[in-house]
Amino acid sequence: MNFVFPNEANVTWTVMIVLYPYITGLVAGAFIVSSLYHVFGRSELKPIARFSLASAFVFLLFATLPLLIHLGHPERAFNIMITPHFSSAMAGFGYIYATYMLLVVLEIWFVMRSDFIARAKGKGPVAWLFRLILLFNLEENDATRRADHKISRFLAGLGIPLACLLHGYVGFLFGSLKANPWWSTPLMFVIFIFSAIVSGIAVLIFHYYIVSWINGWKTDHACVRSMTRYLWGFMIVAVALELLEVLSIAYKQTEEWEVLSRLIENKLFFSYVVLQLLIFSLIPFVLLGISVLFRLSRRLANALAWIASAMLLFQVLLMRWNVVIGGQLLSKSMRGFTSYFPGLWDKEGLLMAAVIFTLPFGILWLFNRAIPLFPGAAGDSG
Amino acid sequence: MSRDDDISRRDFFKFLAAGSGLLLVHCGLPSPPPGARKKDYDWDKHYWAYAIDTTKCIGCCACMRACRAENDVPPGNFRTWVERYRIDAADRVSVDAATEDDFVFEELPGDVVKAFFVPKLCNHCEKPVCNQVCPVGAAYRTRDGVILVDSEHCIGCGYCVQACPYGVRFISPRSHTADKCTFCYHRITRGLAPACVQACPKHARIFGDLKDPTCELSILLKQQRYRVLKPEMGTHPKCFYLGLDREVV
Repeated sequence: MNFVFPNEANVTWTVMIVLYPYITGLVAGAFIVSSLYHVFGRSELKPIARFSLASAFVFLLFATLPLLIHLGHPERAFNIMITPHFSSAMAGFGYIYATYMLLVVLEIWFVMRSDFIARAKGKGPVAWLFRLILLFNLEENDATRRADHKISRFLAGLGIPLACLLHGYVGFLFGSLKANPWWSTPLMFVIFIFSAIVSGIAVLIFHYYIVSWINGWKTDHACVRSMTRYLWGFMIVAVALELLEVLSIAYKQTEEWEVLSRLIENKLFFSYVVLQLLIFSLIPFVLLGISVLFRLSRRLANALAWIASAMLLFQVLLMRWNVVIGGQLLSKSMRGFTSYFPGLWDKEGLLMAAVIFTLPFGILWLFNRAIPLFPGAAGDSG
Repeated sequence: MSRDDDISRRDFFKFLAAGSGLLLVHCGLPSPPPGARKKDYDWDKHYWAYAIDTTKCIGCCACMRACRAENDVPPGNFRTWVERYRIDAADRVSVDAATEDDFVFEELPGDVVKAFFVPKLCNHCEKPVCNQVCPVGAAYRTRDGVILVDSEHCIGCGYCVQACPYGVRFISPRSHTADKCTFCYHRITRGLAPACVQACPKHARIFGDLKDPTCELSILLKQQRYRVLKPEMGTHPKCFYLGLDREVV
């Protein structure tokens, strides 16, 4: 018989808390792609390097919005930094987020300084704004360019562990809660990092195609091919880890498995087994495999990469849903399950989630208007 | 009896007027706020704990009604509740809790061979995981061993709700902060028992001071065998259960 503790009738963490790790994952993933170019010298990723850095920045801008909407007292949000309680993993959030934001802003400043200077040389309020951003130092020569490159490379390198910390920390928030057997695993930290990289690469491929299609540009084949390879590799590791986590609990046949198996077979069967694993993991795995292993026409390879990245974007969202919501469906009485589906118009409902997820793309469009994120792409049009 | 020993009519009316005045003044005084402590209360001299004798609970839910009335608990949330365990001839276990509307249990079906009630509330743990995870320090333990929430500081993130293994915390729809049993802190610091303890007609709920070796709870814990809920969580609960069945989590 189904029994949940009386206070568990409604889940505490809603779709907003699904969205929060999803967005931070996109940040971490996009940043790592930019660092592959800036730090590891993957020159084929140059066409998308600025776009990925700007994407990381705009997603980072909105990463806290779902949290603020969810908090019972958003006006007290800064208590987390003013009176941090360091025995809590969550107390580090404000500092990690602020440090990472500072690093991303600084990296953008150094990477795009030449573009800022070009914009600052004009007249009017926008030019003045760029002069302000440049701290009224418009000097540019080979020495300054070398220094900018050196510093941006250092920041990109430093940003990799910080990106892992930012998102691994989110995994740790869940993985460290011993009260919930669906969350409580040290693997959660690693799973979140790999799924973040998958979602970051996927959103860049997906968005790159859309931007290119809208502007009539040709996508850079070498760049997309390289990203497709990375996407395939990282998705294999991410899905393998996700499966290993469940398989290890299932194989041990502990007391927890009795209730977790019921959770998977009943409450999460459709969203986890059917959607996340069978459809949105298996199909992209096959599509990307074909794209990577076989010599295909450019058009077909592009189509496969685009479909696979769109599906993986949804796969990671499903993964977040199945972790965050799935864990709360299981009662701590270990004798039953509750239910949850967000309303459309609720404060923490589907429409709000859609708006929050759309906003970064709008800001990215504005960013691109101010500083072109695909400087060489216009020449490839046709 | 001499005339001097008698109370004169004038003195009698003077006394009556003074007495009435005092009574009026007393009635007009504001009562202490619910959270106010008795002035001479010293929290270093107490260490509060709780015991539940599950063999005595009859599932009347007077404790739940008393808690709701005393603490104005929002509908749909519970600072304490009573669970009923039913085991049938095939050893199948089913559990339910009293409904909120009338705080009564539905009638038992005929094939039940064993049934018992288990009241639940915050365990006021020695190592409270809810306190550990609170990012702003709004969840705290008083020096007399009670886990409380500073609703003026809580940001309502719900992390403590997720972390509590016993499901006793909730986000109050009124204050939008974490809420839970306080052992009726406003009462115990004034020498009163928690409302649920006061209301229990079978003395199934026992509240006491572990620093007082002569109190009923301390003696009971020395003489009886008891268990705590989910000891594997390492939270060291201070709510001790007598006669607890192995099915209870």
